[in-house]
Amino acid sequence: METTLAITKANKVSNGKIRAESIFKRSLVVIGMSMVVLVLGVLLTLIIESIPSIKSLGLKYLWGRTWDPINNVYGAFPFLLGTLLTSFLALIISIPFSFAIAIYLGEYNPKGWLSNFLKNAVELIAAVPSVIYGFWGLLVLVPLVRSLETKLGVLPYGIGIFTASLILAIMIIPYAASLGREMIRLVPSPLKEGAYSLGATRYEVIRSVVLPYTKSGLFAGILLSLGRALGETMAVTMVIGNTSMIPTSIFAPGNTMASVIANEFTEADHTVYLSALIELGLVLFLVTVVINMIGKRIIKKFTNE
Amino acid sequence: MKQNLAATSIAVIALTGVHTKVVAQDDKTILGAGSSFINPLFSKMFAEYNTKTGIQVNYQSIGSGGGILQLTNKTVDFGASDGPLNDEQTAKIGVPVLHITQASGAVVITYNLPGNNNNIALTPDIIAEIFLGKITTWNDPRIIAINKGVSIPALPILVAHRSDGSGTTNIFTNYLSKVSPEWKTKVGSGGAVNWPAGLGGKGNEGVAGLVKQTPGAIGYVELIYALQNKLDYAKIQNKKGKFIVPSIASVTAAGNVTLPPDSKMFITDSDAPDGYPLSGFTWVLIYKEQNYNGRSQDRATKLLKLLWWNIHEGQAFTQPLNYAPLSKEALAVAEKILKSATYNGKPIL
Repeated sequence: METTLAITKANKVSNGKIRAESIFKRSLVVIGMSMVVLVLGVLLTLIIESIPSIKSLGLKYLWGRTWDPINNVYGAFPFLLGTLLTSFLALIISIPFSFAIAIYLGEYNPKGWLSNFLKNAVELIAAVPSVIYGFWGLLVLVPLVRSLETKLGVLPYGIGIFTASLILAIMIIPYAASLGREMIRLVPSPLKEGAYSLGATRYEVIRSVVLPYTKSGLFAGILLSLGRALGETMAVTMVIGNTSMIPTSIFAPGNTMASVIANEFTEADHTVYLSALIELGLVLFLVTVVINMIGKRIIKKFTNE
Repeated sequence: MKQNLAATSIAVIALTGVHTKVVAQDDKTILGAGSSFINPLFSKMFAEYNTKTGIQVNYQSIGSGGGILQLTNKTVDFGASDGPLNDEQTAKIGVPVLHITQASGAVVITYNLPGNNNNIALTPDIIAEIFLGKITTWNDPRIIAINKGVSIPALPILVAHRSDGSGTTNIFTNYLSKVSPEWKTKVGSGGAVNWPAGLGGKGNEGVAGLVKQTPGAIGYVELIYALQNKLDYAKIQNKKGKFIVPSIASVTAAGNVTLPPDSKMFITDSDAPDGYPLSGFTWVLIYKEQNYNGRSQDRATKLLKLLWWNIHEGQAFTQPLNYAPLSKEALAVAEKILKSATYNGKPIL
């Protein structure tokens, strides 16, 4: 009698536990799925709101070069070009810095106050609001770039694609650097020790053991940086010059999609205009998705090798 | 779990629903939204009005376009805009909307020329040609001809304009369209246009920043912004041929002309002999018929009384904040328009 009671009691307890487990699991699924719903919802809203613009402009929108709200002619090409130019230029500028920081913090100096200090300083770069970068760029970087341009003999605007890329490069360094550092620290020490025991120097270990082992992680960091650069708005809009003309060189002024949306959205006073701005958001969304997909492909290829 | 979620969301919706209802029916709060240009003046006016009458005005400075949208959606009692409704906006609202002038502002042309040369003279033609990208250096014979005795350096001109849509740009491009046929056909007028030349800066501070940093730059900003930041600005030849320095007095003078009965007029390139040509009104927009969405007559009356106060006692706060008060002519028209507002077809005031 007593034993059966004990067994049912034990059953009850485990039943309760099982229920708690399943509730926990289900809530995880619900929360996870809600993110999918959110992304699809954003995409759907962008598409629906873009319909008036798509109807009146069609595919011409993508390669049109005129952005004229008065005559309702909208072409996104200069801004698409501006977004891609600034983002990739920023990436190229930032990679040497973020890799250097990652290797130094991950391999040469993983512990101690200097390492901590440097690590926190890099992370602080990511925490500074972008409008502050914008102001700093406008007041400090622009005059510097202007004097550089005077020396190079190009039109000394000071602001433009190049300045925007510089600001962006600084802003995205922490993303690739932090992820790279973590990856490099995860390299199993037997691998490195093996190489050392074969007589490899530190540089050789990094070149032929650490970097090949971590390349997919490093690339993921670059991808993260690129995503940040593509969508950055405030700092870019303050130093890029905001003109809808096609940039003729990297020192010329230009504009990016995110910056146009931020500039013109509040006062867009007719339907097609507003819709054209939302379509710009849709294009930006798709560009980000495509770049991410290509990136994932490359990462996969790296890991399979 | 799902039921829980559903129940919570229903509760949240119910709560927010109740909340908005309370706000909408709270007859001590009047809601407005729109022009950010008028916001500093409105903040002062509405704070004074609150201490006097206990009525609170909640004004959101979200930009003229946003204010018009909110009025169209009937989520606010009044909108405020730096330009009258355009044809599409009028069609979208569908019912008559009253435009009540509140104050005037102006756009000044600011520039960066080394040396002490505040208030250089510019004519409408020169301004249009500069912003069209046709006059490209400061020592152009036309500029030198009307600025005798002023040392004008041989610098290239860099044009700076607003990159964000704004009432300031609307006034400026409206003026250029009036004085230059070429501008009218090539560019046109509006809150954001396809600029034939130059760089864009975000906001007044963005344009002023570009101008301050670049020797030879020229741009346009709000008068208030230029006065507060002590920028150099040009005197401009008006329709009667006089060169006018922008000031509160000359902006008010620009509005002292015969206005159409609905007050929907840009006073740029004004006929007034002492008027500064780059001036413009800011309007409050309300529905002519105030009985909509189940609004009470009491609420409509409170709104009308507030606006009446704005154009009379409220005008005392314009000058200390560098806004130009309404001219006699503008005030008379605004009074008439306010009196034409109705509740169930009967006049309110």
